[in-house]
Amino acid sequence: MNIHEFLVPPAVFCQRTGPNDRIVMSSRVRLARNLRKFPFPAWAKKPDRLRVLEAIQPAVESLPQLEPRFSSAMDDLTAFDKQILVERHLISREHAAKGAGSGLVLNREESLCVMINEEDHLRIQSLRPGLQLKACWQAIDALDSALEAKLDYAFSPELGYLTACPTNLGTGIRVSAMLHLPGLVLAEEITRIINAANKLNFAVRGLYGEGTEALGNVFQVSNQMTLGESEPQIIERISKALNQIIEEEENARSILLEKKPKVVLNHIGRAYGILANAHTISSKETMNLLSLLRLGIDLGMFGGLDRSLWDEIFLLTQPAHLQKQFTEKLGADERDIHRADMLRERLRSVPRPQSPK
Amino acid sequence: MLCNVCKQNEAKVHLTQIVGDKMQKVDLCEACSKEKGVGDPASYSLAELLLGQSLPTDEVAPEAEAAVDVETKCPTCGYSQADFKKAGRFGCSDCYTTFGEGLGTMLKTMHKGLRHTGKVPAALQQAREATQKLKALQKKLEKTVAEENFEEAAQLRDEIKRLKDKVTA
Repeated sequence: MNIHEFLVPPAVFCQRTGPNDRIVMSSRVRLARNLRKFPFPAWAKKPDRLRVLEAIQPAVESLPQLEPRFSSAMDDLTAFDKQILVERHLISREHAAKGAGSGLVLNREESLCVMINEEDHLRIQSLRPGLQLKACWQAIDALDSALEAKLDYAFSPELGYLTACPTNLGTGIRVSAMLHLPGLVLAEEITRIINAANKLNFAVRGLYGEGTEALGNVFQVSNQMTLGESEPQIIERISKALNQIIEEEENARSILLEKKPKVVLNHIGRAYGILANAHTISSKETMNLLSLLRLGIDLGMFGGLDRSLWDEIFLLTQPAHLQKQFTEKLGADERDIHRADMLRERLRSVPRPQSPK
Repeated sequence: MLCNVCKQNEAKVHLTQIVGDKMQKVDLCEACSKEKGVGDPASYSLAELLLGQSLPTDEVAPEAEAAVDVETKCPTCGYSQADFKKAGRFGCSDCYTTFGEGLGTMLKTMHKGLRHTGKVPAALQQAREATQKLKALQKKLEKTVAEENFEEAAQLRDEIKRLKDKVTA
């Protein structure tokens, strides 16, 4: 079975909901683990990487939690397959660049995903819609405990789990949430929020993680410190910060509506106008305009459009997911035309935004 | 052969470490090797040992000093300090031991603390708990013996034996 047959269609995938998903698009917890005595992936020669993959992949495949699962070596996936996985946030862009000696194991729910030989021998992650960091941690903790019985983890009583980069040392945990913050961006408060988060030692990044821009007003907030605090303490601390950001975003939206309703309506109306009428549109422009459309949905300006439909459009307009709907290989220009066609079609039955009562 | 450190006792512990293309040798008596914690090869670096004390000026010391500055290489994976400076990442998990010196200063800038307080693999956790229980039982045993409560002491002795068997099994 190939990855396209394995993954559920976007329409099904986007039916998932979670607490606070008005602002929090998804939650993720990942753990970094390594095997004793083997060089880390970046330093390892190909035979060593292959040996690590041969040791880890069967151990991960044997876990009942992952059934039904998809498992593959990275060199058996095409660039297109990998891009689909990146757009679904299942693998990092770094992992998509890997070939022989790296691997991937994933469950059908797309709630558990294991990257083998990314920066560390193992990057195991748990993903959920909305704000569900504790549930993510419990799921990944259980998966990790099942794996540690089968693999010889590099662990030091003093320094904890030993990782390729000392910034991941200790718990090896990265807790993150993907936030949609158009209110704070429009109110020009976002820089203040990012600075405050940085001061609390949280990183704020763009849609696809490290080194990416905040397209579509989507920001990823994650912990940076991994040593000297336990996993539940880290989750507690970042949850507090996230709840505060959610509150600030809600506040910014109410204040904007109250003080500058025409400005907000103008943004959302123009976004709708372009998305529903364009004949060619890039993925970047689409994401930025879709963000405003989503804000309109949240503010009750669109009768016939619910969030799951929006989620589906957001996913289907990304380059690889768009390409997937066509058999012939599309160039960037053709993609922009097809993207506009699809948006016009999807938004045809959606009436123009009404000012909220 | 006499111990390199105290120069009094017969050397019983002989260590060889290859750094780069040079071989270093050290001979220690039992007392000095214990004092230096040489028992566990994973947590110990010869160069560190040599540098950390005032060795008499023979040909070993300067060689070791140069080695630490320029090209200490991880015995497991061959990674060097220069590689770390370039990449900001280590070569393997043993590098944390090889380049352990000075690590604290760097970790302080990155993390909340210098000691891991989170999850511990279950097998290790159980072993740790067993050791603690064993210690508590041994203390209790000493007390009961001192009190000449031999009946309870016998029970404790059996319990300790059971626990010890379980740990080694």
